[in-house]
Amino acid sequence: MKLYNGGKIITGLVIFLGLFLTPLAYNAGKAAYSQPKLKMPEIEKECIESKETMRTKHMQILNEWRDSALRDGKRVYVNSKGKEFEISLQNTCMKCHTNKAEFCDKCHNDASVTPYCWDCHIQPEGLKK
Amino acid sequence: MNHTRRNFLKFAGLTAAGLCVASAWSVMAAAAKSATEKVSEKALQAKRWAMVIDTKRVGTKEAIDVLAKACHAVHNVPDIPGRQNVKWIWGAGFDEAFDQPNNFMDESVEKREFVLLCNHCASPSCVRVCPTQATYQRPDGIVAMDYHRCIGCRYCMAACPYGSRSFNFMEPRLHLDLSKLNKEFPTRMRGVVEKCNFCVELLAKGKMPACVEASQGALVFGDLSDPASEVRKVLREHYTIRRKPALGTEPSVYYII
Repeated sequence: MKLYNGGKIITGLVIFLGLFLTPLAYNAGKAAYSQPKLKMPEIEKECIESKETMRTKHMQILNEWRDSALRDGKRVYVNSKGKEFEISLQNTCMKCHTNKAEFCDKCHNDASVTPYCWDCHIQPEGLKK
Repeated sequence: MNHTRRNFLKFAGLTAAGLCVASAWSVMAAAAKSATEKVSEKALQAKRWAMVIDTKRVGTKEAIDVLAKACHAVHNVPDIPGRQNVKWIWGAGFDEAFDQPNNFMDESVEKREFVLLCNHCASPSCVRVCPTQATYQRPDGIVAMDYHRCIGCRYCMAACPYGSRSFNFMEPRLHLDLSKLNKEFPTRMRGVVEKCNFCVELLAKGKMPACVEASQGALVFGDLSDPASEVRKVLREHYTIRRKPALGTEPSVYYII
């Protein structure tokens, strides 16, 4: 069997594979991704739900909170243990998590997500010009 | 045991019933344990919120400015010079407010300024035209907005016959005093429409709207569906009019002339 234009094809394949594998080569020898260290609240030990629930479901909870407070007028959240909280990002979440840069932004930056919460809601650090 | 059709059907029926009960039980058990939302016990509630404005008592620019300052401070409403200003509550003369010009009006009414705000209509035209349901009518009659959903198409502004809605042509935070923000309430962003919300967030905490608190009794707020309420009492005792009643939107804001 004869490979026509073999030189060009092999060179092309080598270049392609080289480019394709650059990310692997680039990251070789670097430490694996580790979860960022978050600044946890000092005044409160327990969030509205368990840590695992909050980590995976806080976006859905916030969506449900928004619709419940705005559309149904239900502004009190009763968690699975029966404890009550005011439904409010600014007045409940951020009263404990008093630092957006040290809490929200850490994971959001790593995951490359930019939620638009703070276009309108006021972060606890306040706003600067 | 003999395998008859009758026995087979009995067994199949029992199994099906058992499966139904078991699944219903697990759903109910999960519902009992999971989190819920409810209305606060402190919240003020009504079938239809309404406001009566005594225009004899708040009839000047200065008096209306006091109300506007109180409202705009609570809700982080920016003050933008020119035609792109955002306003939740403001003042205007009789002709502009009521659309029934009169050449020979008595002097006191002719010179009076009238408090204008969203009328929280019973059949709101803004709600009918909103393509995303960003503006909607709550069961208590308040026409509210969900700024998360607003796409800034401004159909509602075209539909509102009272000019109650303002568009954020620019980033509102550029025109707010950032050191004096009310940190309990959000601001808005560029590209959304905003308006008076009858202070739903204060009613939910058992407080009266900010303008009513600042008016020293000139603005009365209450439940229109309750004959014993303060608003109904005031409406019985005074002659009142509403803005542009011929349009059929049924405003909830009444003016004592």
